[in-house]
Amino acid sequence: MRKFNIPHKFQLITIIELYAQWIREGKLVVSSDWNRDLKVKFTVQDPCNIARKTGSNKIVDDLRFVVKRVAGEENFVETIPNRDNNFCCGGGGGALQAGFTDQRQAYGRTKFNQIAATGADYVIAPCHNCHGQIEDIGRLYGGSYHVVHLWTIICLAMGVLGENERSYLGPDLAEVGLNRDK
Amino acid sequence: MAEAMKIDELDIRLKQEILEVLPEGNFDLCFTCGTCTGGCPASEQFDMDPRKLIRMLNLGLDEQVRKSPWIWVCSMCARCVFACPMNVDIPKLVYNLRKSVPREQRPKGIMGSCDQHIRSGNAMGVPKDDFVFTVTDVAEEIAEEQPLFKDLRVTVDRKGANMVLNQNSREPVTEPDELGPLWKILHTVGADWTYPSIMWAGENYCMFLADDEGWRYIIEEFTYHIDNNIKAPLVVNTE
Repeated sequence: MRKFNIPHKFQLITIIELYAQWIREGKLVVSSDWNRDLKVKFTVQDPCNIARKTGSNKIVDDLRFVVKRVAGEENFVETIPNRDNNFCCGGGGGALQAGFTDQRQAYGRTKFNQIAATGADYVIAPCHNCHGQIEDIGRLYGGSYHVVHLWTIICLAMGVLGENERSYLGPDLAEVGLNRDK
Repeated sequence: MAEAMKIDELDIRLKQEILEVLPEGNFDLCFTCGTCTGGCPASEQFDMDPRKLIRMLNLGLDEQVRKSPWIWVCSMCARCVFACPMNVDIPKLVYNLRKSVPREQRPKGIMGSCDQHIRSGNAMGVPKDDFVFTVTDVAEEIAEEQPLFKDLRVTVDRKGANMVLNQNSREPVTEPDELGPLWKILHTVGADWTYPSIMWAGENYCMFLADDEGWRYIIEEFTYHIDNNIKAPLVVNTE
């Protein structure tokens, strides 16, 4: 809209900002107690489009706030470098569909090494291109991490994640907080 | 022995063409420090890197620049220009180089997704009715099977809703169960939301294709639908 100067009346925001707002306001009650003893480690992928390319770290800081609240502050590990200085995973700009698979995967090697260095069990990737690419390079380079949507971990921390909503989780979290009567 | 390049006699066309639409490109300000290239994960792919691209452009090696498929490996992540001391806008250069390729010669995968989006409102080409059926069906299943969420509802094009959500088409198409957690969160906080039926998908491959016309069409159709039909004050990106 900015590029083409298209007038619009609505405001555009990301759901990450809303998650953070709802948690701060107490509308969304989450707890990281499920992970106190498990100590499952999380890192995040900062999508270029909501980090560096917005000109501010507001959204990716909200992302960290949410992840720390749902997984526990001590279970969050930063990928280095991060936020507006992050490395692109290599899945963006159409790369997943461009047909240059070898080059895309070589591009992703840097990101893979950075993620592997965190030792995290889970990568939260709030962008579909990142999600697809990080899964692909994880498989290719022998990573042991899982890639998940943020909403999955929020629902886990709310105690409402259903049995059929766990396809991205590993066996370590397959049963956590699962209440079949709800 | 190769002959030395005579700088004053170079025929530099491509650079001038791009600077006409991108006067803030700053290509002449590059002093070859290589900061861009040091932090670029696409460096070395297809024997190319950002500094080299600028050099080649500035030296008028137009044909070699045009021939390089590197512009489709670069993801326009903007780490180069973020670090560049002279603000040389490499991502926008790459975008304009993509645009200078005849449309039918751009990568078929990206073009296919862009064309699908223009035709059907999402890159996967799902008919509108299928989208509406899927989200309604998954929501009904949740309401029936999970007592905590027995009042959970999903609507499409509900006029006067406070927020409109866009959704990457991969979720309703290939992993509909992934929608449940998102809706449960929205339900829990009492969000007043709806999906749009027009240009409902969050992705936009026309942007990656550097198809300004297609990109613009998608955004205009979406904007018109939100402002004039649903009249929601808020649009929420779910990725």
